[in-house]
Amino acid sequence: MNILLVFLFLIQQTPDSLPVDTAQVTEIVRPAPPTNVIAKDTPNDAGGSISVEWDISADDGKGLKNVNLYNVYKSKTEEGKFDYVGTVGAARTSYDDQSVEKDNKGYYYIVKAQTKEGVESEPSNISSGKSQAQWFHHGRWAYLILGVIFTLFFVLYIRMAKGKKLFIRKIAGLDAVEDAVGRSTEMGRPVLFVPGIGLLSDIATIAALTILGKVAKKTAEYETRVIMPNYDPLVMSAAQEVVKQSYTEAGRPDSFNEKDIFYLTQDQFGYAAGVDGIMLREKPGAIFLQGIFYAEALILAETGHSVGAIQIAGTDRVTQLPFFISACDYTLIGEEMFAASSYLSRDPIMMGSIKGEDASKLVLIIVIMVGTVLGILGGLHLGLFENWFSNLINWFARG
Amino acid sequence: MRRQIPLLLTFLTGVAIIISFFIPHKPFNEVQDMLLDWTIIIAGFAMLLGIYSLLNKHITHIKRKDAGWGYSIILTSFFIGVFIVGIISAVRYKGYSLSPGSSLYYVYDYMVIPLSATMFSLLAFFIASAAYRAFRANKLNATLLLVAAVIVMLGRVPVVENAFFRFLTRFSDWFMFIPQMAAKRGIQIGVALGMFAMSLRIILGIERTYLQ
Repeated sequence: MNILLVFLFLIQQTPDSLPVDTAQVTEIVRPAPPTNVIAKDTPNDAGGSISVEWDISADDGKGLKNVNLYNVYKSKTEEGKFDYVGTVGAARTSYDDQSVEKDNKGYYYIVKAQTKEGVESEPSNISSGKSQAQWFHHGRWAYLILGVIFTLFFVLYIRMAKGKKLFIRKIAGLDAVEDAVGRSTEMGRPVLFVPGIGLLSDIATIAALTILGKVAKKTAEYETRVIMPNYDPLVMSAAQEVVKQSYTEAGRPDSFNEKDIFYLTQDQFGYAAGVDGIMLREKPGAIFLQGIFYAEALILAETGHSVGAIQIAGTDRVTQLPFFISACDYTLIGEEMFAASSYLSRDPIMMGSIKGEDASKLVLIIVIMVGTVLGILGGLHLGLFENWFSNLINWFARG
Repeated sequence: MRRQIPLLLTFLTGVAIIISFFIPHKPFNEVQDMLLDWTIIIAGFAMLLGIYSLLNKHITHIKRKDAGWGYSIILTSFFIGVFIVGIISAVRYKGYSLSPGSSLYYVYDYMVIPLSATMFSLLAFFIASAAYRAFRANKLNATLLLVAAVIVMLGRVPVVENAFFRFLTRFSDWFMFIPQMAAKRGIQIGVALGMFAMSLRIILGIERTYLQ
């Protein structure tokens, strides 16, 4: 009984709320919502996407400075339930909703700012938008116009080249191909052709295969072995066919050995180690490093130099060119590599395409010079030139 | 016909890719993805060709006991070993053979990566030997290269903090952003035009060496 009385006494004495000094008082501070939300079709796409844009919350980077994220919500009806679609960080003012199910149907969007503690603002204004697919990518006018001009130059020069002898400056690296193969033959050593670590879909690798065709024809004529370790099995298959055809054209199909054009590995440094090993064991008289190279470029070129081979390199990778220029006897710099097949074949139509390339280059030089003059005059804040310069830059930069 | 059909296919594929670049609307936007899928499938089968080529070469070496045939034994046995480990890992981890904890992951983490890192680190020594040859000031070009390299190196890694090295840092930044960038972009514009010309020659069937 006494126990029951004590228990009832305790219940009576227990206050309804906890004492003030132990209370967990949490003040919920909502950030201001983003404003001017606009939903519109994402331009230059295949549909299925709506871009939502807004002005940042008054508490994003200023005011209460408590905005951490923006959450985007979507609904099929204006008054319907808004479902969450995505989040972007503070200071961002747009979101592309790529989960749009149906084109040409209106969807409604709101955006809420959110604090680090997860407190969301009141919703922004509601904005609706429809997605649509476009029939032309308006950001690519510059590519189209320049592409058409360049193609016209090529076609024009190819037509003009028929039956004419066109002049193209000497390319030392390509003139040295015959000397390099001849040197290998005299030394009784094979020729090593390294196509780099590009794939068959890379233009530089295709350019390398065209050079391989010319090199293989020379090795067939001189009865010298050509070795080609490959990084990509597709390049290997194509290279086998190219070399086989070159040997056939040279009248020595029986000298072709398919096993000399073989697959090595698709690991970058494994490939470098394998090619280095071949260089040290076979001691080739001439090494062709043609195609796409990355960090392994100098490892290969320096090992080739150490075995005393004459080296002709060529790549379109600007960052690797200094290594090749330092370590190799000849280097085909960028476009020279793509001109190799035309230069070596001396076919007038092929040479015409090189002339067309030069004419296109002239157009670009003129555009760059005009841009430079406009940029300088615009920099002096001469209103008209400033506008022209910014229009020129914007035309090239859009898309 | 042996040449005309591949040339026609090349032309049609090239034109389809160009159209898909400018028209984002269906079905043109799907052309590139579809061709990429085809490439992946073909590359998968081509890998079998590659493996056949590699093993055929080394097994022939072993059979003939050519010079260095011992290395061929090592390569072949490691190929078989890693292949078995890969299959076991794929079975255990339901296709994700490189999942952390799998045997193949162990091979990759403790063998492939250290071996690759070793090869990569050799680059430091090769850079030194190539720089020694390139920077020998026996010609005007090599002397200019040497002077530019010394300025950029000292500017990037100043030895002490003083006005001279601060000037070198600013000068090397200017050197990298203005003259170096101008030369680099000149080469890149040439490369882009060269690629354009080569692509056009291939699409129009003027360049046929790759179709031998």
